[in-house]
Amino acid sequence: MKDQIRIGCGAGFSGDRLEPAVVLADKAELDYLVLECLAERTIALAQKRKLDNPELGYDPLLERRISSLLPHLVKNNITLITNMGAANPISAAKKVKKLAQNAGFDIKVAAVFGDDVLDQLTGDEITLETKKPIKESGPIVSANAYLGVEGILEALKQKAQIIITGRVADPSLFLAPMMFEFGWTKADSDLLGKGTVIGHLLECAGQLTGGYYMDMGRKQIPDPANLGHPFAKITKEGTATFSKVKGTGGRLSCMTAKEQLLYEVVNPYAYQTPDVTADFSTVSFEEISENVIGFHGGGGTAASETLKVSVGYRAYYLGEGEISYTGFDALERAQLAADIIEKRLKDKVSEIRVDYIGQNSIHKGQTAEFSPSEIRLRIAANCETPEQARLVGEEVEALYTNGPAGGGGVKKYSKEVIGIHSILMDRNQVNPQIEIF
Amino acid sequence: MKLYEIAHSRAGDKGNISTLSLIPFEEKDFGLLCEKITPEAVKNHLKEHLKGSVTRYELEGISALLFVCEDALAGGVTTSLALDAHGKCLSSALLEMEIEEK
Repeated sequence: MKDQIRIGCGAGFSGDRLEPAVVLADKAELDYLVLECLAERTIALAQKRKLDNPELGYDPLLERRISSLLPHLVKNNITLITNMGAANPISAAKKVKKLAQNAGFDIKVAAVFGDDVLDQLTGDEITLETKKPIKESGPIVSANAYLGVEGILEALKQKAQIIITGRVADPSLFLAPMMFEFGWTKADSDLLGKGTVIGHLLECAGQLTGGYYMDMGRKQIPDPANLGHPFAKITKEGTATFSKVKGTGGRLSCMTAKEQLLYEVVNPYAYQTPDVTADFSTVSFEEISENVIGFHGGGGTAASETLKVSVGYRAYYLGEGEISYTGFDALERAQLAADIIEKRLKDKVSEIRVDYIGQNSIHKGQTAEFSPSEIRLRIAANCETPEQARLVGEEVEALYTNGPAGGGGVKKYSKEVIGIHSILMDRNQVNPQIEIF
Repeated sequence: MKLYEIAHSRAGDKGNISTLSLIPFEEKDFGLLCEKITPEAVKNHLKEHLKGSVTRYELEGISALLFVCEDALAGGVTTSLALDAHGKCLSSALLEMEIEEK
């Protein structure tokens, strides 16, 4: 068992940049590299891809990310943990095994699964959002329970060097190697709480090092184009320092750490994961040196007996169209165009939203009125069929010859929208499993 | 003065909930934020967005406030028709709030 380990986070969402993870694997002297790539809805969309092709359903960037990392993982003996398996961790693990073999690397690749609980759903489960049975939300396409550390721990025991999961709670991706290396058990709630704070701070990658933070005032950061992702040095007592690779851009400070600590936290006194109920309220930070941050406090109590399950359902078809107007009366002509569209789409769509981009598309009524010299009109509608959804963009396009003067730059778009509602499931009903390749 | 002159913020989302942090640049301003930026003031400032309850947490350890706003994302991230479905820009809108100097 070790006294200290180093964990880096090389991706904080499925669309994250590829290069920062390579820099971490090459230069940060890591024991573990985590790539967190699975948002709430990502797995439902992946499930749809798997229905079309049973070999797919994992993260579309899997091959690119792993290929760029493999030589560094092998050379520096780093274990990679990622939820890029999405709806199909087994296919993803097989794919990665093949990539490794083709590159001449003999390594163990583990798939962690058991999060897919679609077969166990009755439809009568009450959702946390609507307080009504889930079957009333819409036709169900996926149901994935948030797993904790269990499957990853087992894969670590079996010496897998790349561990690919489906839905696992984000902080658990980081907590599992801490438990494995330090011998922490489920009973060590306080340590699990501290480990969860560490995982939460790392899980959005660049958001800890100045990404999604910088402005042109008091929050400027050096070399933002070369933003480095973070790593933590973690001790078996549950303390940690956070840093980034020297020479990379960005900044790690108490300010960036505070923003990330509170990000997406609904209750700082009880941050629920499958492993622990973590207490973020006692955390404090200290700047040890430039771009090196220490943290104190944090703790935890026992985890809930239930696991959260994200259920994907077919919600509606979205139709969108955009067109720009310029000139002294840009806003008025855009408003005229919107009025025309609303009359033409009346009775053909369920709900319509009109935005004047540049005026009020983000903050309805929040900003002072002014007359911009250009306006982009956006029409978005909730529709029952794909045909109706396409009609929205078609009507916006038809403004070219059937609308106000001078509209230009039409773009149109339609897609099926998968909604997500959550239910709770007894943890005994969920059975994490692994397979080694 | 405007809130952005003394504090920064990041917006997060969970379903139809928006979480808004409010962190003073100087820790000495934490008391002023606690006094002036009440849940009611936030709800009133962002009334076009925030349709549910607003809960405020005071994090003494990091001298920061966290506002947890229910029914804030036009039905929720996955099904909203809004351009900014996550409510990412709500942090900038919060910082536009006027705050009286002491």
